[in-house]
Amino acid sequence: MISFLNQHGSELIIKTWEQIYISAFAIILGIIVAVPLGILLTRYDKTAKYVMSISGMLQTIPSLALLALMIPIFGIGKVPAIVALFIYSLLPILRNTYIGMKKVNANLIDAARGLGMTTMQSIFKVEIPMSMPIIMSGIRLSTVYVISWSTLASYIGAGGLGDFIFNGLNLYNPSLIIGGTIPVTILAILADYLLGIFEKKVTPKTKRSEV
Amino acid sequence: MQSAEEIISFQNVAKNYRGGNDAVEDINITVNKGEFVCLIGTSGSGKTTTMRMINRMIEPSRGKIIFKGKNLKTFDPVRLRRTIGYVIQNNGLMPHMTIKDNITLVPKLLKWQQDKMDRKAKELIKLADLPESYLDRYPAELSGGQQQRIGVVRALAADQDIILMDEPFGALDPITRDDLQELVKHLQEELGKTIIFVTHDMDEALKLATHIVIMDSGHVIQDDTPDNILQHPGNDFVKELLGEERLLQAQQNTLSVSDIMSKNPAKITLGQSLAEAIREMSYRHVDTLLVTDDNNKLKGFIDLETINDRYSKYSNVSDIYQANRFKVKTTSYLRDTSERILKQGYKYVPVIDDDNNLIGIVTRASLVNIIYDAIWGKEELDNPDNIKLPDTIAKESDNA
Repeated sequence: MISFLNQHGSELIIKTWEQIYISAFAIILGIIVAVPLGILLTRYDKTAKYVMSISGMLQTIPSLALLALMIPIFGIGKVPAIVALFIYSLLPILRNTYIGMKKVNANLIDAARGLGMTTMQSIFKVEIPMSMPIIMSGIRLSTVYVISWSTLASYIGAGGLGDFIFNGLNLYNPSLIIGGTIPVTILAILADYLLGIFEKKVTPKTKRSEV
Repeated sequence: MQSAEEIISFQNVAKNYRGGNDAVEDINITVNKGEFVCLIGTSGSGKTTTMRMINRMIEPSRGKIIFKGKNLKTFDPVRLRRTIGYVIQNNGLMPHMTIKDNITLVPKLLKWQQDKMDRKAKELIKLADLPESYLDRYPAELSGGQQQRIGVVRALAADQDIILMDEPFGALDPITRDDLQELVKHLQEELGKTIIFVTHDMDEALKLATHIVIMDSGHVIQDDTPDNILQHPGNDFVKELLGEERLLQAQQNTLSVSDIMSKNPAKITLGQSLAEAIREMSYRHVDTLLVTDDNNKLKGFIDLETINDRYSKYSNVSDIYQANRFKVKTTSYLRDTSERILKQGYKYVPVIDDDNNLIGIVTRASLVNIIYDAIWGKEELDNPDNIKLPDTIAKESDNA
């Protein structure tokens, strides 16, 4: 372990950073696109069906194949990796946002409208806060997936901890494989934990905090 | 309601959906300021649709609605809704907002100053009869009845003078519902709010409304005061909605004394002697005689006991008759009279016309007849020929 760190320490930090960079980029893009899209879709039920099945289809493309498919379009490197992972992150976020918004008690939306909220006020003051737990669980799910899948990104030259794992596989060097896998796992768990805290923060209270 | 100010008026309003359900046709309703209007009907009768057209939650397909003298279409829907209170069945409180934020939701949309909102919240929590400390709580920490109290007072937060209520108390237990009915009645009677209230509960409508609109499959069937609806149900549907029991009860409620009095009271004139009085009593099987003068004006009464006491000293009715403490006019409502007979222990009440002429008498036996009506049905007694009772009972009722 010590010898592994001595040998690969600085590389490990760089690769971990790459991993974080690729995943975070993909996830943030995913949130930026999927959350508003999910909200928008709740206003267009017919379109929603199609969009949901298309994004479901995208999800079924094998991840390696999707990464490979990016090469003719974006070449190799980080960009195609981020784009591919972004596509993967869409579905859970989109679906959960849509379902979360749909699940908001129709009475509340009716009350919001009846009391004189505009559509925007109803979305931001009532519907999003109420569906926050479900939206957040979609984001957490996507994040964990994307972090683990981003190891595959090293195949198309995006770097990241996948480099260790694939080198280990090629060189029959288990310590490299383990040295790449453990940080990925830790990253995923840590991200999920941090998002859990964030989720608590953004989920509106419905009870006074207990003393 | 002499100075009735028209506040909402539906003119030939219709709403059609593509599926054809839940539509309303040809609605003409006028709501005056300060009224408590109940829209009542079975589900699918269009009552909620009609109500929701008032704050433009639903747009009519045809016809127009005049609101405060202007076509409703000229109002901006969002701003309009902020001026109309809105209460729905499951209180519609925002679970993620404190009671205070819920109450001041509309004022906040109207961008009121914070201290003005604080004052309003305190004022309204008091109106809801809840402690001020509840302002910091969340809806989930209140009981269903308390939540709906907040739901009701929230509708007043921006000083709305019209409040729409869509079956607000349908989900509450009877005692809580009574409390809340008191609250909304108070809003209308004391604070002068105009309330449009959708319900399917006839008791609720009769209790609260000053004006009931009965709807069925999208049409207004009858539009009148509760009393008039009870007295003159428009058709069989209305009768069914009211229920036979209520109709009978209503009839009794407005039955006048002349409807049930006996027109042949045992009486005697002032000039007659006590001996004659005793003879009359034994002939009529009574212990009391009403006393009139020669022109049939009611003077008072004499009873057997008094005659017994004083027979040795006096010989004329005019010497010992007593004045009546209680008499009623032919037009009085029976409900008031019967209450006095039953609660204050009068055995009978003489009935007079406007000129104090003795017309008849209401006795406890007359009241018993009413109970007969209630038990055996009015119709049969109206037409004695139709009575299909066993002989013995029929005879008994003849004797009575």
